[in-house]
Amino acid sequence: MTASTEIFEDVLVADVAEQDDRFYYASQWSLIWWRFRRHRVAMISMALLLVLYLLAILPGFFSPYLPSTRFESYQEAPPVRLYWFDQNPEGGGFVGPHYYGFEKTLNKETFKYEFAPILDNPINLRLFAPGPEYTIVGDWTATVHFLGTDVEEAPPFMLFGADRLGRDLLTRTLYGARISLSIGLIGVALSLILGIVLGGISGYFGGLTDEVIQRLIDFLISIPSLPLWMALSAALPRDWPVLKTYFAITIILSILGWTGLARVVRGKLLALREEDYAMAAKAAGTGEARIIFKHLLPGFTSHLIVTITLMVPGMILAETALSFLGLGIQPPAVSWGTLLQDAQDIVAIAQHPHQLIPAAWVMAAVLLFNFVGDGLRDAADPYSDH
Amino acid sequence: MVAYIVRRSVMLIPILVLISIVSFTIIELPPGDWVTYQIENLRASGIQLNEEEAERLIKMYGFDEPVWKRYIKWMRGILFKFNFGWSFQWGKTVNELLGERLPLTLLISILALIVSWVVAIPIGIYSATHQYSVLDYIFTFFGFLGLATPAFLLAMVLAWNIFKYTEFSPLGLFSIEYMDEPMSAEKFVDMLKHLVLPLIIIGLNGTGALIRVMRGNLLDELKKQYVITARAKGVNEMRLLFKYPVRMSMNPVISTIGWVLPGIFSGEVLVSLILGLQTTGPLLLRAVLAQDMFLAGSIVMILSVLTVLGTLLSDILLAVLDPRIRYGGASAR
Amino acid sequence: MASVSDTGRGDLLLEVRNLQVHFYLFEGVVQAVNDVSFDVHRGRTLGIIGESGSGKSVSAQSVMGIVPSPPAKQLAGEIVLHRATPDGGTETLDLGRMDPRGPEYRDVRGGEIGMIFQEPMTSFSPLHSIGDQIGEAILLHIPDSTPQTARERTEDLLRRVGIPRPDRAVDAFPHQLSGGMRQRAMIAMALSCDPALLIADEPTTALDVTIEAQILELIQELQQDLNMAIIYISHDLAVVGGVADEVMVMYLGLVMEHADAETIFDDPLHPYTRALWQSIPKIDGPLEELVPISGNIPNPFAVHRGCPFYARCTERIQGVCDESPPPVLEPRPGHTVRCFLYVDDVGSDANGAMGD
Repeated sequence: MTASTEIFEDVLVADVAEQDDRFYYASQWSLIWWRFRRHRVAMISMALLLVLYLLAILPGFFSPYLPSTRFESYQEAPPVRLYWFDQNPEGGGFVGPHYYGFEKTLNKETFKYEFAPILDNPINLRLFAPGPEYTIVGDWTATVHFLGTDVEEAPPFMLFGADRLGRDLLTRTLYGARISLSIGLIGVALSLILGIVLGGISGYFGGLTDEVIQRLIDFLISIPSLPLWMALSAALPRDWPVLKTYFAITIILSILGWTGLARVVRGKLLALREEDYAMAAKAAGTGEARIIFKHLLPGFTSHLIVTITLMVPGMILAETALSFLGLGIQPPAVSWGTLLQDAQDIVAIAQHPHQLIPAAWVMAAVLLFNFVGDGLRDAADPYSDH
Repeated sequence: MVAYIVRRSVMLIPILVLISIVSFTIIELPPGDWVTYQIENLRASGIQLNEEEAERLIKMYGFDEPVWKRYIKWMRGILFKFNFGWSFQWGKTVNELLGERLPLTLLISILALIVSWVVAIPIGIYSATHQYSVLDYIFTFFGFLGLATPAFLLAMVLAWNIFKYTEFSPLGLFSIEYMDEPMSAEKFVDMLKHLVLPLIIIGLNGTGALIRVMRGNLLDELKKQYVITARAKGVNEMRLLFKYPVRMSMNPVISTIGWVLPGIFSGEVLVSLILGLQTTGPLLLRAVLAQDMFLAGSIVMILSVLTVLGTLLSDILLAVLDPRIRYGGASAR
Repeated sequence: MASVSDTGRGDLLLEVRNLQVHFYLFEGVVQAVNDVSFDVHRGRTLGIIGESGSGKSVSAQSVMGIVPSPPAKQLAGEIVLHRATPDGGTETLDLGRMDPRGPEYRDVRGGEIGMIFQEPMTSFSPLHSIGDQIGEAILLHIPDSTPQTARERTEDLLRRVGIPRPDRAVDAFPHQLSGGMRQRAMIAMALSCDPALLIADEPTTALDVTIEAQILELIQELQQDLNMAIIYISHDLAVVGGVADEVMVMYLGLVMEHADAETIFDDPLHPYTRALWQSIPKIDGPLEELVPISGNIPNPFAVHRGCPFYARCTERIQGVCDESPPPVLEPRPGHTVRCFLYVDDVGSDANGAMGD
């Protein structure tokens, strides 16, 4: 036998075997990360999502104004355009990033206001320009904005146009991202706790407990979610403060959200408790709770992460739908759903299509989460075929 | 088989009881004594409601009694007299209101379910058999887009564009000129035209998910040993595909009825609202906003019960298609 | 290796020459089968032995035309089948050139060549009755068959493979049969059209030892009755030793050694074959110490300059075995080995220089 041991060591230093070591001994997480990195769409989506969340964390810095600032006479103004070259027919040439103010005229035939850029007055933009004071967190405030102008009395720089009351839609979209993007994460976190606890109990103990929880899940799945959410959020008092409503909505969304996670947890636990390593731990006299948390949970954390990633977009869409119907977040608080209330009827969209811009953000966030989740699923599945 | 159906039906009873409890909870949720609140509301808005009427109502709903008694009373009314309660907002019985609206909800939902299957299954089969082909990527992308697009947004954008380019208003169930006409062939065609848009929007909303289910299952099935066995018999590829793996991967698709149906009901609420269809959806929103809770609770309950019945149907269909379930096989996987 | 076939042990049925099949996967290329040649004669059994990943199954699947493609691609090689025609003559079919999904190949598959697979539990579609799935092959390959005759023939077949109450088993669904019964039904299916060649790919690996013995006995009985040729694939030396007339040992897509069964078991030449023999207990032989083969099977994506067994070989010659691919030698007539340790006794070292 000594002969073969020697050979074995020999093999390890051999060329081919050395290459393989990285493969044989890599941890589960490095393997997942390697596979995920190869998934180009998922990697790009992950980067873009990080950008979105950065915007949502610092809306004050990235938006030029405050969400409640109103520009009279700019009601429903279309988006301004960003130029690099002077658009004035007599001028011309490179002047750097700039925009033009609008001249508002009443069309005497259609009785509608029309906005035309004033081309002889380019307003230069620069990074980190001063602007209105905003709160970063708590008492910490700042006046530096990502993009702005030094020009005094400049017409408003509204890249996404203005809403019905003349407020900057870009600013409001960024502030809205704070609620819309975080409600998904917090809702999923709540669902995760419920899902792990109930799914864990169900899968680990089995028997009657399992039966009861499974019936509860069957029941919750069979309720059409939106009508139930509508009915539940209708019961929330309208005069509650924003934060309270926010958490109430999150809880309402989580009530139906945990079932999918619980199923994943239960299914995996049922499969895993039959596996040898759980048996071995049990045979070694390890306690039940320890087996669940120390040995079984790590066995499917990757699956949980995938499920969670794919759940977030559902939550974002649900919040948007509820707020759109006027049952979710209440104005003056801003979320993407409340912004879309302005786009509620077809006539409004036809006249001011820019009111749909927040919808594009909703779709982008949802798509990105789906792409990342898909990439993660491929990466986490050791038997995926590519 | 009969035993199986009976067993599945019996298993539904606790779910149905839970649904009724949740629906009743919804009715009870708004704070305060509901009837007095409504009566005050009515009076405040100038509607005359005399004392006798008010007392009759309070007694009718038994607000002096404990919650569980009221629940039993409500349930007894539904089960034995088929009476879901009274809608204050409309001054009609809930039955009457639902009778007007529920048939259209059902029609749209069932047709939307069929649309989503008819679209998703062939695409799923194509994508699985042509994995990583250009069309597969395109379908996958549109599937994602479908998942990411809220139905109400799609409804708004499409309705606006149709109106803009064809002058045809897709809102409502009938065009104005047919509104008060008796049913005729032209009116029926007009109705079909109006139904196309909601069906596509509600149907396609679930299609993305369904394509993924079909594609994923078929990919799994294609790798299974029985496919190779069948190929080893010399069966031609097309016949083999449809006889074995496609049929196998249909089973999980059928069992998706359980979660596709609630999705369709949810989508229907929003889409009907935007396209102005007189279904239960807009009724629910108005009931919820006005805290007309018997109506709201009843709608939630009926939609849930319908979903449960749909699930039962899909279970029965599965048993018909899968001998392992039909004969109570030892290993059902 | 061609010379193995020239010793006249029955009619030549199948010739495989220089078969090369590679799998193009995301992670790289797997050289699943490299330069594999063998002959199969009517009424005789060829055993193929190898660890998983040795290419033994892929070789058989190539004959069957059921290698999953993509990712697999047959780069070279001839597969020639000499099939009997109804008038008593033979015709020669070049399977390697045929479209594996085309009607000609489909005619051979399930007709001339039947195959038994490893997994009796998953080999049948759970949604169709046994009779339906066996009858399907009969309807496809037996001329003038009707659903009625197919059913009768299926019952006969089920009786023949020892399934009790065949009239009821015809209508049974796979989940209603035990693993052993399912494997019998699988054999009935493979035999349904009187194949000239039966490929058995680890047919007993998933079964209990007692059932394994029954199935092996059944296969041998049927072989005698039908004068079938069999390619028997297994990693189990004892099983192959029991059924095969000649044996081929494969390692990482290469045939390492090829000889008739007695010779290869009594006097193996290749260090890998010897290592294999030493790693299993012998029932009838003297009690010896078991020696496991050291190391792991190399990464399947690796490309070897020299012998792929080099890293695990106890008799390797540094600077030789790891520098160039070993030649195929024939130290004694009908016994070929791919190794530097031997001297060619019969022909010159002509086939040896197949490089990769």
